[in-house]
Amino acid sequence: MKRSVFATPYIVWMIMFIVIPMLFILYSAFIKDGQFTLEYVRQAMESPKYMNVLLRSIVIALISTALCLLIGYPVAYILSNMKKSTAAILSMFFILPMWMNFLLRTYAWQVVLADNGVLNMLLTSLGFPKGEFMYTQGAVLLVTVYNFLPFMILPIYTVLSKIDRSHIEAAHDLGANSIKTFFKVVLPLSVPGIISGITMVFIPAITTFAISRLIGGKNVALYGDLIEEKIVSSGSLGLGSVLSIILLVLVIISIFVMHRMEVEQGNEEGGTLW
Amino acid sequence: MVKRLANFLKHSYLGLVLLFMYAPIAILILFSFTDSRTMSKWQGWSLGAYEKLFADGAVWVAVKNSVSIALISATVATIIGTFAAIGIYSMKKRRRMVIENITQLPMVNPDLVTGISFMLLFTAIGFTSGYLRMLIAHITFNLPYVIFSVMPRLRQSSNRLYEAALDLGCTPMKALTKVVIPDIMPGIISGFILAFTLSIDDFVISWFAAEGVQNISIYVYSIARRGIPSHINALSALMFVVVAALLVIVNLRSIKQEREAEAQANKLRSK
Amino acid sequence: MKNTIKKAICLALLVLFVLGSFSLSGCNSKETLYILNWGDYIDPDVIAKFEAEYGVKVHYDTMANNEEMLIKLESSTNIYDLCFPSDYIIEKLIKSDLLREINKDNIPNIKNIDEQFLDLSFDPGNKYSVPYMWGTLGILYNTTMVDEPVDSWGVLFDEKYEGQIYMYDSMRDSIGVALKYLGYSLNTRNEAEVAEARDLLIQQRSIVKAYLGDTIKDAMIGGEGALAVVYSGDAVWCVDPEEGNPDLAYVVPNEGSNLWFDNAIIPKTSKNPELAEKFINFLNDPEIAMQNSQYLGYSTPNKAALALMDESWLENEIYNPPQEVIDRCEIFHDLGEFTAVFSEAWDEIIY
Repeated sequence: MKRSVFATPYIVWMIMFIVIPMLFILYSAFIKDGQFTLEYVRQAMESPKYMNVLLRSIVIALISTALCLLIGYPVAYILSNMKKSTAAILSMFFILPMWMNFLLRTYAWQVVLADNGVLNMLLTSLGFPKGEFMYTQGAVLLVTVYNFLPFMILPIYTVLSKIDRSHIEAAHDLGANSIKTFFKVVLPLSVPGIISGITMVFIPAITTFAISRLIGGKNVALYGDLIEEKIVSSGSLGLGSVLSIILLVLVIISIFVMHRMEVEQGNEEGGTLW
Repeated sequence: MVKRLANFLKHSYLGLVLLFMYAPIAILILFSFTDSRTMSKWQGWSLGAYEKLFADGAVWVAVKNSVSIALISATVATIIGTFAAIGIYSMKKRRRMVIENITQLPMVNPDLVTGISFMLLFTAIGFTSGYLRMLIAHITFNLPYVIFSVMPRLRQSSNRLYEAALDLGCTPMKALTKVVIPDIMPGIISGFILAFTLSIDDFVISWFAAEGVQNISIYVYSIARRGIPSHINALSALMFVVVAALLVIVNLRSIKQEREAEAQANKLRSK
Repeated sequence: MKNTIKKAICLALLVLFVLGSFSLSGCNSKETLYILNWGDYIDPDVIAKFEAEYGVKVHYDTMANNEEMLIKLESSTNIYDLCFPSDYIIEKLIKSDLLREINKDNIPNIKNIDEQFLDLSFDPGNKYSVPYMWGTLGILYNTTMVDEPVDSWGVLFDEKYEGQIYMYDSMRDSIGVALKYLGYSLNTRNEAEVAEARDLLIQQRSIVKAYLGDTIKDAMIGGEGALAVVYSGDAVWCVDPEEGNPDLAYVVPNEGSNLWFDNAIIPKTSKNPELAEKFINFLNDPEIAMQNSQYLGYSTPNKAALALMDESWLENEIYNPPQEVIDRCEIFHDLGEFTAVFSEAWDEIIY
């Protein structure tokens, strides 16, 4: 018996629940009343507004990803340089919010940012004027960063903590200062972690309609809102499917490009969350 | 001196980020002990929110669904995924590439698209059980994470172990459970934890895939669209306490072990 | 190797087929009634009473708007036995032949319903639906922030109130507001009129604080806005001095507005129509109808229930609007193919 049979249950599962469902999306995008149609594609391309929404979402997702990276990388770096046992305890604190449900975390910000919310209460008690935070682009960005930050920190931390200390020591021995060592040795070695962090933040950030609905009040409508609205509330399954396929193609292209970069860097193994 | 300053800066940075992550949660917990409609004014201590929470049956159904789906889907995904990883690992390169790429699909696929594809599938085959729909969806998106957690461990473990076990007269199943699986256990455990986390956290896929079944995400989403009921604060507070306790229990043992190992190493070094 | 893959595909298809033919309905020992309704649209105590009285279980799910409900009901995997959509959705469901004829012998309490709410244009003879709640759409405003008398939709387009206006996140309602302000029908099939309404709303976006759903109630009670578009039933509790905010007031503008009815319907796919009919009958018991209506603040079409209520409810003009208000309102109709024009306009407004 070959060992590859162990994968059979998975292969069956994969065909049933990954391949066939994707075929259904293709079907509803291109088939209408049993006949091939490009009508939905035309609808999706015809009006510039759908592309505008996509662009807007990409920009917002990019900014959130960049912010997560900027805030998260130093955290992962500092953690990875700590004593193992301390780092283990501290990293626990970064995992904990992930176990609180995503919607509860979003809801917490609704409470903080509301006109009569906690933040305004603080501001007025300190003598500042009230601000309006809800239903703004800034609020959507803030909550997106908040929700996805752990997904950036953890993969980078995992990769960083696995780096062989001897590489760094060797660099020091060869006369490189800390900054140079960081940019020439540590940063390149942590690229796989950065890439999985980016994928784990960027892709969900484009499509989370929950954040833009609850925090953005339709003022910051994202691509996810559009697709959700098309499929769930206006029943345009075909158009919704085409819009999803556009998104998927875009994501696959960007992943492919990132992988190319990774391979050029000479890393084969991707970073994982743990 | 410089080192101390650097350490101070590092620690305050971590502290700041932790403050950012925990402040909203702390506020929710604080406000769970008051029972006011709007949060603009502090209206005295009260356990009203908890009373409401325990009286609301729908919340507990949602909590039960979330937890049971996370546990079951993580377990099933871990079993199928571990065997799959072992199987895929032994495949020839070309075939392995094809399967690995398809496996990556749910990871890179925006969860919205995954959710919609499930909705279309279940609608087309007329499958109405909401709970099973959600469970199947969760197992599916958990599987790749398990496989890719186990895979690196397999690379580290030696191929010969399995063959040696076969030579010594083990059946393939026995060789697997007695030799290979113990060797890759850390990968399996982290795969399970990852699967559990993602399942508890998921909203979008559940929203599309399930029908007539609510987990915590769907419940909170539908209720938060209607306003801010105080018992959700209480739910958050309880969730947080339970989750924190769980994490501490899970981690305490491994930390203790690591500490001991470190102490041992230090002893050796000082000698 | 080709062979194994073929086998795997066959097995996958087989399992899917089995899954599809597998139904879970046999698993529950108690009879279960599946209800799909709006959020906050029934007194939970009414459900508890029904469960206790009939020894059954009620599975209750909620939706955010009519269009979502329509899609759930059109889906082939619809599991619901009872649902409460609005007038124009019922019209559409009847046209698509998705509703089950209601057996009125099982609903003796239908005699309690005021005749003016029966036999309406969207369901002549009430073959398919029984009235549940009704009301108007209007402006909820905060009298401390709005000094002028409010009697026109025009106030929603006044730049003075920039950043203090909440619109309702619902296609027909929001476009309807603009149509009425411009003096057109809510059920217009004139593309130019819809375009005019669309442009008005796009222009208005810069002064609108947000398009929200039911969250509007809390925002307005919390004093977080000056003006909002709401349903009369929500307004009843918002203006209540104890539960809501005494500074708030509700008005149905002079240009006219939407008069709506949410009726109980039973989808054709229901596996338990008799139980659904029992529930409808239960809802129309005068005591129950009064309890439910007063809990929600939405007006009941049940005249026997009204007869039990005290003066304060009957004199409440939001709850029980005078005839001249009803006369200037219009009922939504299903627009058929023309809905696409509305959807397109709505996309332009929102995205």
